[in-house]
Amino acid sequence: MARAVTNQRKAMNTFFAWALGLLIFFPILWTILTSFKTEAQAISDPPIFFFFDWTLENYKAVLERSDYAKFLWNSIFIAGGSTLLGIIIAVPAAWSMAFVPSKRTKDILLWMLSTKMLPAVGVLYPIYLICIELGVLDSRIALVFILMLINLPIIVWMLYTYFKEIPVDILEAARMDGASLRDEIIHVLTPMAIPGIASTVLLNVILAWNEAFWTLNLTAADAAPLTAFIASYSSPEGLFFAKLSAASTMAIAPILIMGWFSQKQLVRGLTFGAVK
Amino acid sequence: MSLKNTLCAAVAASFLSAGVASADKLTIATVNNGDMIRMQGMTEDFTKKTGHTVEWVTLEENVLRQRVTTDITTKGGAFDIMTIGMYETPIWGKNKWLVPLDDLSEGYNAADILPAMSGGLSYDGTLYAAPFYGESSMIMYRKDLMEKAGMEMPKSPSWSFIARAARKMTDRDADINGICLRGKAGWGEGGAFITAMSNSFGARWFDEKWNAQFDTREWSDTLNFYKNMMDDAGPKGFATNGFNENLSLFQQGKCGMWIDATVAASFVTNPKDSKVADKVGFALAPDNGMGRRSNWLWAWALAIPAGTQKEAAAKQFIEWATSTDYIELVAAKEGWANVPPGARTSLYENENYKKVPFAQMTLDSILSANPKASTVDPSPYVGVQFAAIPEFAGIATEVSQEFSAAYAGKQTIAEALAKAQTITNDAMEAAGYK
Amino acid sequence: MATQHSRSAACMMMAPAVVLLLGWMLVPLIMTLFFSFKKYLPLRGDSLSDGLEWVGFLNYERFISSGSFWPSVQTTLIIVLSVLIITVTLGVLLALLLDQPMWGQGVVRILVIAPFFVMPTVSALVWKNMFMDPINGILAHLWKFFGAEPVLWLSEASLPSIIIIVSWQWLPFATLILLTAIQSLDSEQLEASEIDGAPKLKRFWHIILPHLSRSITIVILIQTIFVLAVFAEIFVTTGGAFGTKTLTYLIFQRVLDSQNIGLGSAGGVYAIILANIVAIFLMRIVGKNLDA
Repeated sequence: MARAVTNQRKAMNTFFAWALGLLIFFPILWTILTSFKTEAQAISDPPIFFFFDWTLENYKAVLERSDYAKFLWNSIFIAGGSTLLGIIIAVPAAWSMAFVPSKRTKDILLWMLSTKMLPAVGVLYPIYLICIELGVLDSRIALVFILMLINLPIIVWMLYTYFKEIPVDILEAARMDGASLRDEIIHVLTPMAIPGIASTVLLNVILAWNEAFWTLNLTAADAAPLTAFIASYSSPEGLFFAKLSAASTMAIAPILIMGWFSQKQLVRGLTFGAVK
Repeated sequence: MSLKNTLCAAVAASFLSAGVASADKLTIATVNNGDMIRMQGMTEDFTKKTGHTVEWVTLEENVLRQRVTTDITTKGGAFDIMTIGMYETPIWGKNKWLVPLDDLSEGYNAADILPAMSGGLSYDGTLYAAPFYGESSMIMYRKDLMEKAGMEMPKSPSWSFIARAARKMTDRDADINGICLRGKAGWGEGGAFITAMSNSFGARWFDEKWNAQFDTREWSDTLNFYKNMMDDAGPKGFATNGFNENLSLFQQGKCGMWIDATVAASFVTNPKDSKVADKVGFALAPDNGMGRRSNWLWAWALAIPAGTQKEAAAKQFIEWATSTDYIELVAAKEGWANVPPGARTSLYENENYKKVPFAQMTLDSILSANPKASTVDPSPYVGVQFAAIPEFAGIATEVSQEFSAAYAGKQTIAEALAKAQTITNDAMEAAGYK
Repeated sequence: MATQHSRSAACMMMAPAVVLLLGWMLVPLIMTLFFSFKKYLPLRGDSLSDGLEWVGFLNYERFISSGSFWPSVQTTLIIVLSVLIITVTLGVLLALLLDQPMWGQGVVRILVIAPFFVMPTVSALVWKNMFMDPINGILAHLWKFFGAEPVLWLSEASLPSIIIIVSWQWLPFATLILLTAIQSLDSEQLEASEIDGAPKLKRFWHIILPHLSRSITIVILIQTIFVLAVFAEIFVTTGGAFGTKTLTYLIFQRVLDSQNIGLGSAGGVYAIILANIVAIFLMRIVGKNLDA
């Protein structure tokens, strides 16, 4: 058909895309490679690419020293919990903004985004004092709430824009058929919105996963997630690159694997929802 | 049986049960340096002896500092023990935020702590933090390169000797820099080095009335000397090098000399990580014949925030971690070169420890630094590479940013000093010193 | 067609998000405003429970009269603008490329998205030590390989270095959003134009780009918010030296290094004002894409 492509063009595309992809990925590849080197090899001059004595000693050292499972679980709990909670609160809000817009919708959206602009460090003391007052220092639940609030504007925003792409005619058609508001949401909107929700979820899990200000400053021993795990390996006195690389690899691996499995659904985005 | 006896028995019983049954869980915030990591590995020994368990919160130095400071100033109570330095201890002690450590047990022998260390960790004569390890700074140099340059390192060299040696050892084609020094912005990084260095040039941060002194000839001499030497004999990009950057350069054999923390000695002489492990010599940090050397004094110490419920257990932990027994425990498991240095006099009298190549030089360096009289001209502050006042960290970080910009050639030294003078005086005025 | 019924339902549905965010905004904002008018030096023994001294606008005056203020605003704006331009331009190109048929598309996509998964501290450390180091960095080796003098990235090209690191982190986000948008482009529309024989460039300007405009708006808005607050990348690499001190970084120094909460809070208020000016500006330029 019209979009059928010659193999030659496909090969060109492939070449360029892979070259660029590898270039962008290189710093991460390099981190992963470094995690299998000894500390001395990690800073060797000239740099060694593949031909070094691959060792697992860094991973062993990291696992011996830190309770990786605990950090991992806290990260999953906090990132997952805050995203889930955020979605539950944001879907209705975004839905109503997209389909029942009023004059103030845009203002409300902008205002929501503006709440993100208060620099975190400026409110460290107020928030810390509130947490002490409520007795929720070093608690996972508190972090779930805070990260949810931090990312809520983004979630609402993204969902809003996805929902907006759903053509209104289809809703009106459903309404003419006598569908109730509930039917409309469950049977018509939700299936179309799922890809949009999926990408929103993934992006927010990543944002929450990497959030390193509140997760570091409001935790001690119990609720500390992987950002704190990383902070215990970065820049000690002495050589640290191989161990930091191992710790980093361990910190990004879960989310990278998640991305790997979900990228198709993610990128497919809204194509499947669109009505012809 | 009288009522009194019954009461006494009851009280005694409750005390006993309190002593036995209350196995506390201590939360300890610490920095991620090697000696602390080793301590974590030894925690079992503490639990076995006392019944208390320990939860470690190990963080990178900068994150730790902001974490514990936030917690102590808000009385958050997230930690039972905090690892802090010589800068924080007297300030926090003055505010009564720390539990005084004046009632440690007889067996602990607090008198054994090096006077320089206990002095820097006290306020008004009361100890507020127990040193886990202490450090000064000294010269680490390559004996082979020094020989090649046809020079010999004296035990206590002068700056002019160092500059001459640095230029002579430099071999740009072979990627060898005569000298590697910190230039990185930050009060604990390049700021600490240049402040300690300025002491030997007769400079000081403040005069006795808390006026900034960056408009003096001594400061401009210090910076000019530093920059000229580094331009000729330092590594490329030295303005962004801190401890770790220089360490890796030295370990790769790219530095002829390196003046930095005494604890680095065990890293550069460790053949596993260092290419030059068998070629390193040590000397005292240089001076200018003005009576002050350019070495600093620092300790990582354990302190108990006031208001913790677990004060007794926390004290037990501190006694355990900073005791001579602990040092022997580490020595038995990991060898004498790996014990936490610089805290106790008895360590340097130990025959086994005397065999460690950098032991004596470390002690001599520590002993030659005096926080109470660090400057040639009298100054109103305590501290060698810092001034133990609450405003210092903020001011010195900004000042060191200006210095780093001058090192990188983005502004002249005169400009940097003029800005430093303004920054410091403004901040001191804002803090109510004038 | 919104009925009265659906209107009130809509309000109900919005309520939780609005109320929560209102709380989350107001409580810290009010506390920040409160502190900004007080002398609050915790290391000097000031504490909330003992009451804080009212100092009027002194903190505001001090913050703005410091020599670091205007340069920090300028640095912030340069970083935000450069990162936006780089990520949007490259993001569109990458998205177009990734939309083409090729072998191993899935793998390439994950390669491109991956930097977004890396924590800012880690990516800053990796870039600083493994790439931009003038002696051990890979870039230095590359330069030397071609006989050039290695660049002193973090001191002589400090701002570009920060921009490179931040752009590397945010490019995947832009690409991902834009790719989703391109794939939702009505393929019939494209095919029709293809059959018309419209030149590629024209097709891009008249069909693809207008279709992407709303996604680009989202990318710009969201990235602006995050890049305005960029911190770890500066903290790890230059420590605020060499003209890389942003407004956020300046506030960090006032609050955590100097332990002057009042002064830092005043800075926080300025940062909010700046962010809102930027937001209004953005709205002027791209806001029309939000009406649909």
